[in-house]
Amino acid sequence: MSAVSTPMPVETEEPDQALVVDRPWSTVVWNDPVNLMSYVTYVFQAYFGYPKKKAEKLMMQVHEDGRSTVSHGSREEMERDVQAMHEYGLWATMEKVE
Amino acid sequence: MTGFEPRRGGGAVATFSGFEADLLRSLASQLVELLRNEVAAPTEGADPLERLLDFSGPTTEPDDPVLARLFPTAYPDDEEAAGEFRRFTEGGLRDAKARSAVLIIDTLEEAGLPPELDEDGLHIDVELVPEDAASWLRSFTDVRLALATRLGVEEGDEDFWMSLPDDDPRTHVHDIYEWVGYLQETLVLALSG
Repeated sequence: MSAVSTPMPVETEEPDQALVVDRPWSTVVWNDPVNLMSYVTYVFQAYFGYPKKKAEKLMMQVHEDGRSTVSHGSREEMERDVQAMHEYGLWATMEKVE
Repeated sequence: MTGFEPRRGGGAVATFSGFEADLLRSLASQLVELLRNEVAAPTEGADPLERLLDFSGPTTEPDDPVLARLFPTAYPDDEEAAGEFRRFTEGGLRDAKARSAVLIIDTLEEAGLPPELDEDGLHIDVELVPEDAASWLRSFTDVRLALATRLGVEEGDEDFWMSLPDDDPRTHVHDIYEWVGYLQETLVLALSG
């Protein structure tokens, strides 16, 4: 798989930056009328290394609930995941875990 | 039309008619053109050293709806963070997507597709190692997203497309969209078999 540049962390001006950076984030994948169920499952297996069962469960969540949280981590890690999902053509966004 | 089958040792194989291979090449070419058309970074075309030293990229959503779908906004509720994310990712994503589309074109031509298709009965045998098959899969997605965006495909609208008369140009494009979907489905299957 071809490599893409890693996004740099977004600078913030808040003094408590360490706290902001530590706060967990998640990658959300949204339903779209185009992507095949088989392909979405394939992406979750190929990129995240999830077992088929878990990948299928997440895919069904996207399909039935319109969205699924597919990974958690630091802001930098989640930006990498969102970027990767965009490379695969999935509609993904960042979400801060409240 | 048979789609992809598993390749011995991993990856996938397929045989296309000359017409099918030519159509795939045309779709991939249009994708490359679109990805390189609307300027991704304001400094494109500048001298190479300047380009290397300039890390700026686009910060706002592309105007073209297809590009907007290919490069979604990562932070829907935070315009500034969304702009930063786009600035650091969109250029690389455009290059990666263009490279995948170019791989389709190169593979078909190396397999014998002539620059101008002018003979009948041509068959193009394509053999993809796993890495190239994964690249084709991603590019099929981009092509399908582009066609669907242009057509206005929505969830559960199959009846509408079935009801269109044969001579409606959208029928033809939708058939192509479905065909690329079929190719993608068989390629996923071939890779997970």
